[in-house]
Amino acid sequence: MNEIAAADQIGFPILSTMVVLPLVVMVVLAFLRDQRALRPVALAGALVELALSLALVARFRTGGADFQFAEQLPWIDVIGLSYHLAVDGVSVLFLPLTALLVVLVMLTSWSSVRYQPKAYLMTILGFETVAIGVFAAVDLILFFVFWELLLIPTYILIKVWGTGAGRSRAALKYVLYMLMGSAGLLLGFILLGVNHRDAAGSGGELSFDLLVLMDDTVPPGTQTTVFFLLAFAFALKAPMFPFHSWMPAALLDGPIGMAVFLAGLKMGVYGFLRFVMPLVPDAFATWSWLIAVLGVVAILFGALVALAEPDIRRLQAFASVSHVGLAMLGLASLDVQGVQGALFLVVSLGVTSTGMLLAAGFIHHRVGSTDIAALGGLAQRAPALATFSLVACLSAIALPGTIGFPGEFLVLLGAFRADAWLAGFALLTVILSASYVLVFYERAFHGPVTSPVVDAVKDLRPPEAIAALVTGLVICAFGFFPGALLETSQESVRVLVERLDPPADERAGGG
Amino acid sequence: MAPLLALLAPVLGAAGTAALRDRPPARELCGVVAGLVQLGIIATMVPTVLAGGTISFTISPFLPEAAIGLRVDALGVVLAGTSSVLWILTAIYSMGYLGTGPDRSLARFHVYFGLTIAATMGVAFSVNLLTLYLFYEALTIITYPLVTHTHTPEAAQGGKRYLGYQLGTGVAFLLPAIVLTYTQSGTFDFVPGGVFDDDAGGPLLVLIFVLFLAGIAKAALLPVHAWLPAAMVAPVPVSALLHAVAVVNVGVFTVLRVVLDVFGTDLTAALHLGTITLAVTSVTILMSSLYALRLDNLKAILAYSTIGQLSYMILGVALLSDAGRTGGVLHLVGHAFAKITLFFAVGSVYLASHRTAASELRGIGRQMPWTMGAFVVGALSIVGLPPTVGFIAKYFLFLGAADARQWLVLAVLAVSTVLSAGYYVRVIRLAMLEAPASLPAGSPDDRSSHPRVRSVSESPALVVGPLVVTAAVTLLLGVAPGALLELVRAAARVP
Repeated sequence: MNEIAAADQIGFPILSTMVVLPLVVMVVLAFLRDQRALRPVALAGALVELALSLALVARFRTGGADFQFAEQLPWIDVIGLSYHLAVDGVSVLFLPLTALLVVLVMLTSWSSVRYQPKAYLMTILGFETVAIGVFAAVDLILFFVFWELLLIPTYILIKVWGTGAGRSRAALKYVLYMLMGSAGLLLGFILLGVNHRDAAGSGGELSFDLLVLMDDTVPPGTQTTVFFLLAFAFALKAPMFPFHSWMPAALLDGPIGMAVFLAGLKMGVYGFLRFVMPLVPDAFATWSWLIAVLGVVAILFGALVALAEPDIRRLQAFASVSHVGLAMLGLASLDVQGVQGALFLVVSLGVTSTGMLLAAGFIHHRVGSTDIAALGGLAQRAPALATFSLVACLSAIALPGTIGFPGEFLVLLGAFRADAWLAGFALLTVILSASYVLVFYERAFHGPVTSPVVDAVKDLRPPEAIAALVTGLVICAFGFFPGALLETSQESVRVLVERLDPPADERAGGG
Repeated sequence: MAPLLALLAPVLGAAGTAALRDRPPARELCGVVAGLVQLGIIATMVPTVLAGGTISFTISPFLPEAAIGLRVDALGVVLAGTSSVLWILTAIYSMGYLGTGPDRSLARFHVYFGLTIAATMGVAFSVNLLTLYLFYEALTIITYPLVTHTHTPEAAQGGKRYLGYQLGTGVAFLLPAIVLTYTQSGTFDFVPGGVFDDDAGGPLLVLIFVLFLAGIAKAALLPVHAWLPAAMVAPVPVSALLHAVAVVNVGVFTVLRVVLDVFGTDLTAALHLGTITLAVTSVTILMSSLYALRLDNLKAILAYSTIGQLSYMILGVALLSDAGRTGGVLHLVGHAFAKITLFFAVGSVYLASHRTAASELRGIGRQMPWTMGAFVVGALSIVGLPPTVGFIAKYFLFLGAADARQWLVLAVLAVSTVLSAGYYVRVIRLAMLEAPASLPAGSPDDRSSHPRVRSVSESPALVVGPLVVTAAVTLLLGVAPGALLELVRAAARVP
């Protein structure tokens, strides 16, 4: 794999800047005395970060599968570790997505966070640093470090700023689930590093560099072992059925700010795309049937539970499980369009589910609950909130013209080519998601106003309205013009899928 | 640019309406002006498409496999032109029917109305299946608030059914049909003569075709027709929109596109898809006519009449003969004008007398001569009697069935003509030939003892004007169909 250095592309180490900037803002906040300046300063920092990420995408060279904006410093040479950051078509979009979500969360903190706002904002910024690191790291161990660091701000955010009574348990549950996969993930990475050393003969050295390891041949036995170790860790994070039960808990009892990241940044699916598929391609192709089947089960399970779920946030959690299933089905199709669709889907879901969760947050802040039974007739009292929610809902049901459509459409195309029966089941998601989303919208926003709390609801305030407007614009703009986003991933995905190259007899059956 | 401008004109009109939302009647006039501008734009495209040319415009590259784009051909102009003319008339009619009060819900009504027309233009000028699907679904979403405009519990119920049928079938059948079409043919484009290779698998193509028929619920083929009667809870201008201006026309148009430009007539014949379609449409025609016979509510009668008439159009194309296709496309236009006349008239009667049932119309023809006169013209056209455009269309359909040697279909057409004559003649007889109820109120056999019965008079000019115009067009096209026929023949690909 080739790479282009950041110095040649933009003149400064932009990825490191993006990793460090939130930390700097965090320190500034720590020394800030004026309480009123907290939110503007934090927001300004988040906006600079967003601007950097947009510059990154603007300078990104499409038309090739190279890793770009690369920077590499030796770290612990003896064991082959290096500080190596770079992005390619698979990862580049996750950076602006992360930066955008942070800006949105900052905007909503104006009205929704009363308890210890300084600590809250600092934790969010800490999360941003680590999340950018996760998406930019191309050294396996460096990635692992960021991956594990992620647990700290997440745990704190859920436990301290959670809105539900079960927040302590939810925080603990999340951390325990993630730790279950961690050991395996590290072991899998080490196996790959050792394989690299052994393959090179007597003079071989350890390496954990993704770009180096991608060129290795890994024996089938090792591939299978590594595949299951990595897949387990990423499936927990995604979350893939049947490892999803931390998610409804975290979304219901955690703060909306954290829920946005948990549901919006689908790091588990990213892990499959970034590490599993390129590093153990044969095992992935061999076991793709398992992923496809689990994906279909997740699609149906998530959607059916969501259909019966009376709370918006838990509904969103199960919807997320269902959508992750669809994305996994796209990956398992081993088809360029299917995989590209899955990638677009997870990025677009970042925006869509954020829209849904922001709406849920606005409702919770006003009504004190996200239980549908407590709502009804909201559209009469808060038309702007209702309009925003409707846009998010339409994107959630993948209506053409919203950002939700192209990804789902491409996944279906790919899945149909791989296996028409599984794709047929996947289509059920579209139908089911249309039902649970529209039923929710109908019950929450239409009908007569029955609750006195709803009757007194005020519409969106300026910072909230800005957040809603930005989300809505992104949903619509990329609904009509997804080409700009798809272009960035085109070549990287094509190369990725070519590497999968499964045995001919397995593909023959799929047609 | 022209197709894009035709699509943007109603959007701008809607924006104007929204901006002037507290300034009636200026807000309503925005729609009328936008409609006239749009009609002008469409008119400029007619010479090109008559010469067999097309006009293209790409909106967005969208996916590498398919762009979102517009391409105007004769068939698209037929749909767009019909919608545009009827939109202008419906906008004027709405001012009379709903009034131009300060009520903001009226502004919202006109905004959605404009957006509906924009979506219809999008469907008419779609360059490929993907673009068509986008505007087709957008049309569903935009019309939903119009169907539930009155916000009564019945409206909510009807609206739910409307949305459920439309979205459900679109996602469950139409989307898979489009995806499968792509996986089998490698393209989303509309290509005259069809996109599939000769060696593409037969059974799968038949499945795709059936998915299309089931997925295009807007064409109201049995058994996905029930949304149409459910939607009659909406006010009359919305019914006009559904039955004549936009929605059902889009449904039939989409079926025609699929037959002509996705499958192509040759493949349709080779796979016996025409026969499948003839069977479905024949059953739909007979069932809906029989059902309408026992109805008394005027809007319900018209709704079931529409279901049958839509199948005539599709049947015409499925006959796979030149005359059949000409009849089918001509009926798309002719039915729109006739059916909107009927709905306008029913609305006018309701406005003047609050009557909604056929049996209450006794003698109303003498009190509302313009309204009921127009009703008679509309009914004659739907039944297919001269001198209306409906007669010309039916003539081509009969000819097409004979050309194709489909004697059974010919029999279905004949029987259903008699049936539809049955339920329209009943209304006409009651309204025009019987004396107004002059018995004392409360008398046992006086079925129209409404308090206002003796004070019924003609509706205001804004209501009567449009319905007289649509009736006049129905007659005019029946007497001098030449110019329209030229366009229709180009649309129907008659050499």
